[in-house]
Amino acid sequence: MSIGQEVTNTPKPAPAKPVRRLADVIFAGTARSSGILILLVLVGVAAFLIIEAMPAFTADSKDIAGGKGFFSYIWPLVFGTAVSSIIAIVLATPVAIGIALFISHYAPRKLAGPIGFVIDLLAAVPSVVFGMWGLQVLAPQMGPVYKWLENNLGWIPIFAQGSTTGRTIVTASIVLAVMILPIITSVSREVFLQTPTLHEEAALALGATRWEMIRTAVLPFGRPGIIGGIMLGLGRALGETMAVAIILSPGAFTWALINSGNSTIPADIALNFPEASGLKLNTLIAAGLVLFVITLIVNMIARYIVDRRREFSGAN
Amino acid sequence: MSKRIEVNDLHVYYGNFLAVEGVSMTIEAKSVTAFIGPSGCGKSTFLRTLNRMHEVIPGARVEGDVLVDGENLYGPTVDPVNVRRQVGMVFQRPNPFPTMSIKQNVLAGVTLNSKKLSNSAADELTERSLRGANLWEEVKDRLDKPGSGLSGGQQQRLCIARAIAIQPEIILMDEPCSALDPISTLAIEDLINELKDQYTVVIVTHNMQQAARVSDRTAFFNIAGTGKPGKLIELADTQTIFQNPTQKATEDYVSGRFG
Repeated sequence: MSIGQEVTNTPKPAPAKPVRRLADVIFAGTARSSGILILLVLVGVAAFLIIEAMPAFTADSKDIAGGKGFFSYIWPLVFGTAVSSIIAIVLATPVAIGIALFISHYAPRKLAGPIGFVIDLLAAVPSVVFGMWGLQVLAPQMGPVYKWLENNLGWIPIFAQGSTTGRTIVTASIVLAVMILPIITSVSREVFLQTPTLHEEAALALGATRWEMIRTAVLPFGRPGIIGGIMLGLGRALGETMAVAIILSPGAFTWALINSGNSTIPADIALNFPEASGLKLNTLIAAGLVLFVITLIVNMIARYIVDRRREFSGAN
Repeated sequence: MSKRIEVNDLHVYYGNFLAVEGVSMTIEAKSVTAFIGPSGCGKSTFLRTLNRMHEVIPGARVEGDVLVDGENLYGPTVDPVNVRRQVGMVFQRPNPFPTMSIKQNVLAGVTLNSKKLSNSAADELTERSLRGANLWEEVKDRLDKPGSGLSGGQQQRLCIARAIAIQPEIILMDEPCSALDPISTLAIEDLINELKDQYTVVIVTHNMQQAARVSDRTAFFNIAGTGKPGKLIELADTQTIFQNPTQKATEDYVSGRFG
């Protein structure tokens, strides 16, 4: 009667097929094809970029815009892109975390909802609108600030030659910071709200003040989420085209970040693409490839930072 | 360093809902007092008023006095943060901080308030607290590993080590063994027996055998029905509660003839 007996008596039956339910098969198939599709799209985009960019890499250096080869063409743009994004992140992150903490742990519940809603609305404003606001409202306001910086801190190369129009990379960065604020805020707020009550109470029961509770329980728990939010924001800042193209009065590379000049990869592509053809077009696509690679590297670094302390994530 | 707790006519509310009504009791220093009673009778809620953790829940409040060696925890000038440094707490589910190592967990309470510890003092305190929680031998080689990697029973002892590291006078335990297997439960019960040499221990438990095993005195809480407030029925020596209670309700409950 026992199972063991049955097995010895039966002459090697074909291995029974595990039960598979139709719904599971369909769901697994859909999930798998979605996964494959996203890979195909990525490969397609990468292939397009590489193939179309090739002529720019192999062309004679004096045929590239600027006449000194692709590298001299691209590095000021990489610099401008990186600087504007970094300034935007540095400005936006502390504010975003502050707002997120206020909504999740300080604001009375009646206030928290509306504030969160307003922040989310900010994400819905089109970038063209941000660009016009930056050009019409913020840039003129920044002019005197840049003059003051030049007069008082002008010996630092960054603050040399303040622009009077305010159409500088710093102004563009400030607008970028406002644009990425809602992304970082909502991602951080979501993870802060998910902090287990058990851990918050553990901290409070040890005699933690509200801020100490946040420092011991909420922030460490939310760290991967904060980094994720920053990376999403960075992704948007790196790729933002319209706002930068409208605000910035672009030009050659300069250390003076409060002067007009510099440009970013997306703004450069947007401004030059309509009239581009031939090798010029290939050069712009190559610039796009560089942006793609930068974004990829940024994301890999973020993943590495999040993974490094996986052991301590509480997921085990 | 243990202290005696006196509770005078304490009412505990969640918003307008009266959860526990009119509790008066005295909890002796250097002893283990167990709270037993059916689910929802307010014993955990009442326990949380003893270190002002109750008011952490929005809308929760109390009326009445809790005196620790004559000092009212609910006095107008008393900072709840200081109360909680005096009255430690161990929760129902083990809750070491997942982002911290075992050692950081032990020191979590001490390093609050930006208090700086020298390395040797930190090592010494870690060892003393972990020994105090009967955990040192099991974790001494992996103090830098995450606390969440320990077994449930070890995690709970880590939480006890974390609580005693700040040298409280009273330790509250809210069903500390309800998420643990019998062997881990025994380890915690042994520990409770040792803790009462130094601390006043108050433990909430669903397990009457546990109350009988670990406590010197037992308080029985009961509830008249859903939506009614919980009440303290009687508090007496554990032996009296289990063998010769004065109240009929207590006798019914401890003998299993409840409800």
